[in-house]
Amino acid sequence: MSGAEVAGKLQPTAVTRRGRLVNLRGFAGSLAIAVVALGLLIAVSYLVGEYRDEQLARGAFYFAAILGLTVVMGYGGKISLGHGALMAVGAYTVALLVADEHWPLAGAIAASAVVAAFVGLILGAAASRLHGPYLAGATLTFAVALPQLGNRFPETLGGENGLTINPPAPPGFLGANFPPERWYAWVAGIGAAVVLFFVLNFKRSVYGLLLRACRDDEVAAALAGIPVGRIQTFGFMVSAACAGVAGGLLTVVLQLAQPGAFPLELSLSLFAVAVIGGLGSLWGAVWGAALIVLLPNWSHDVANSLSLSGNVAYSMPLLIYGVLLTVAMLVWPSGIQGALRRVGRLGRRFASERLIRKQPLTEQGSS
Amino acid sequence: MLRVSGLTCDYGPVRALSGVDLELGEGQITAVLGANGAGKTTLLRTLSGLVRPTQGSIQFEGHELTRLRVEQIVSLGLVHVPEGRGVIAELTVEENLRLGALVRGGDGGSLADAYALFPPLERRRRQAAASLSGGERQMLSLARALLAKPRLLLLDEPSLGLAPKVVAELMATVKELAAQQRIAVLLVEQNARSALSIADRAVVLHLGKVVAKASAAELLADQGLLHHYLGY
Amino acid sequence: MTQFINLTLNGISNGAIYGIVALALVLIWRATRIVNFAQGAMLMLTTYLSSAMISGGAPYWVAVIGAVGCGLVIGAIVELVLIRRVENGPPLNAVIVTLGLLIFIEALAGMIWSSTPRSYPAAFSLQGYKVGSTTILFSPNDTFIVGMVAVVAALLGLLFTRTNLGLRLRAAAFAPEVARLLGVKVGRMFTLGWALAAGIGALAGVLVAPSTFLGPHTFDPILIFAFAAAVLGGLDSPLGALVGGLVVGLVLSYVSGYEGEALAPLAALAVLLLTLMARPTGLFSAAKERRV
Repeated sequence: MSGAEVAGKLQPTAVTRRGRLVNLRGFAGSLAIAVVALGLLIAVSYLVGEYRDEQLARGAFYFAAILGLTVVMGYGGKISLGHGALMAVGAYTVALLVADEHWPLAGAIAASAVVAAFVGLILGAAASRLHGPYLAGATLTFAVALPQLGNRFPETLGGENGLTINPPAPPGFLGANFPPERWYAWVAGIGAAVVLFFVLNFKRSVYGLLLRACRDDEVAAALAGIPVGRIQTFGFMVSAACAGVAGGLLTVVLQLAQPGAFPLELSLSLFAVAVIGGLGSLWGAVWGAALIVLLPNWSHDVANSLSLSGNVAYSMPLLIYGVLLTVAMLVWPSGIQGALRRVGRLGRRFASERLIRKQPLTEQGSS
Repeated sequence: MLRVSGLTCDYGPVRALSGVDLELGEGQITAVLGANGAGKTTLLRTLSGLVRPTQGSIQFEGHELTRLRVEQIVSLGLVHVPEGRGVIAELTVEENLRLGALVRGGDGGSLADAYALFPPLERRRRQAAASLSGGERQMLSLARALLAKPRLLLLDEPSLGLAPKVVAELMATVKELAAQQRIAVLLVEQNARSALSIADRAVVLHLGKVVAKASAAELLADQGLLHHYLGY
Repeated sequence: MTQFINLTLNGISNGAIYGIVALALVLIWRATRIVNFAQGAMLMLTTYLSSAMISGGAPYWVAVIGAVGCGLVIGAIVELVLIRRVENGPPLNAVIVTLGLLIFIEALAGMIWSSTPRSYPAAFSLQGYKVGSTTILFSPNDTFIVGMVAVVAALLGLLFTRTNLGLRLRAAAFAPEVARLLGVKVGRMFTLGWALAAGIGALAGVLVAPSTFLGPHTFDPILIFAFAAAVLGGLDSPLGALVGGLVVGLVLSYVSGYEGEALAPLAALAVLLLTLMARPTGLFSAAKERRV
């Protein structure tokens, strides 16, 4: 969408909605989607055992993290290799608030969003002026630099061992025998659902529109009067808040926040699955989260069945990410979701051809 | 020595050249004229191999060029001086010239001859080419091309941005060199009069098609044609 | 005072490594306008191969030459197979491809050689020189490192400025289309550029491995620091890369010494961001305004 089209959309009919973060008509829709997703997660958590519940929990917070990447990379068009570090910010925030200050979980997680958003503001202010390889290099450096702070301030941040929190207990009304893993899955699910709700609203709001305009053509957007730098910084903040919540949920699920949990590989893995899953689409985030959670287990199974060493199993997911990422860029620049969309389009075209019989295939514009 | 037949070239849905036929003899200077967008530059780029034609053939001294790579075409003696002169600004004058000499491996011309022909270049031999004026850059690109011992020289708007006096000197130099060294020249110009003043023959392109082919004298005399296709 | 001198010497020795890796990055950037994020991973791979040669009984110097040879081959293959396809497209595609390569190579190394870091022999003694009664933080091996880097940089300089091949390489880098019209096989020049860069990286890898140990991820910081150095010096400037490397080496050494090693990457980030804010084209670049 060009800046001119965006400016066109900001016509009198939209004036009542302009400036409001939430778009009222989409509000109910987003709420419905988030609630349904959460409901699905709760239902599934009953059907599967504790082990799967733990995976469900991790899938939920990775989903929240990847949603953040979808905002900054998909809608904002800005590459971000520092997402793992932003998760670390949220994780440590929750750990500090819950363990030292005894905050309630919900408040701590909300705080993790705020703190991470603040870091995102600083990062975004610097990064919004950068593009391509410069941005990639800067965020890559950030990914390596930030988690090291845990080692620099061992008294407050726990050093190599990090910080722990007490396992959050399921509330009384759920019964005495309610498995804690299921509760973690629910907490993570609620957090992820909230993030999903906000991201959906953001996408449909004017700010989401403006962000995509800046992505598509910065010069046109600037000429149309859009404050490109500020909008992109805002996109970074939203993305960072998502990562912060995801990191906070990680602390809840693992009861631990340590530098070793946020290595460069985490940022690279998140980046890889976001791209592979399909940038700019929310379903792509689902594929990405599924990939990140299920691939390590699958690799272990494959390695065991083929009697390969533990090294192979451990590194296999990353190997696959690397291959898929490179292949995806060369063959499918829009990721799995884009490839599916294209297959779907081909299928529809094929179907309509059979209906219209004998009609020559005319050259359609690319959609 | 050059025979172009039915040359057609598409840029996606746009047809830049349509069935162009052209012939060049040894030592002849042929002007290629036409308004902007007529396809003149595309013609040169297709000849030198930067662009692959959709249809047609290019016969140069017995070789079919449409199947060859740019580097191979250059080594056969077809040297293209591109639009904007193609001077490599980051290299020195001398380095630019050396590149020209390297085209023929060891058999390239000697730099001393180039300096003798264009003394201003020798004064600036160690300066970066970026510091040269328009006229000096034109000298450099021409000298560099000559060092590659061309049999056919393609010149794309050499007079662009140059003062009339400089243009006149340039054209005179081209004519002299073509005659002395038996080099055929295909001269693309918007400045029709200066091109026609040294050309033997001329070809007028319009929207990718050849609309006139005549001797330069005939074309100079045909005011109607010049006015119609070139605007004056 | 002794600490300051030690930190300075340490900074010079590290800076030489960052500089030479930055030089490899600049080489590739000048030729193909791509930042090779897989540079650290590639030099890690060649160092592992070299280590395998040593385990197989090869003498140290043979293994070093072997590493450089592997680097040349790997660089050429990467350019031909992967980079060639993204050279002319949007820059983001090339970034993602090199990142994919980085992830792939590090995972591959983990699979073949496990994630446990191993040691790599040094060419010369790692014991610091004795000045009077104190031992300074500069060893014969450090002299070797700085010396090798200087020699390689000088050789590259001669290659590029004094030889016909170097002239062709530069022409292909500065003006690929014009170079083609002058008979330069531009594709081959790009492949050669990548091969040279990987070869230089391989040398850096065997030089620094004795101190960083050899593991799939131990060279990640080197990529980061080299990138900061290259940007500081100007991605277009080979001299800038070397000077930038020295500056980054010194800055990081002082920060590590006085504030703690954990802050080094943060210092590198600060250098990077300051450069990109204040003088985006770097210290030595012919200030042609480039979009960062």
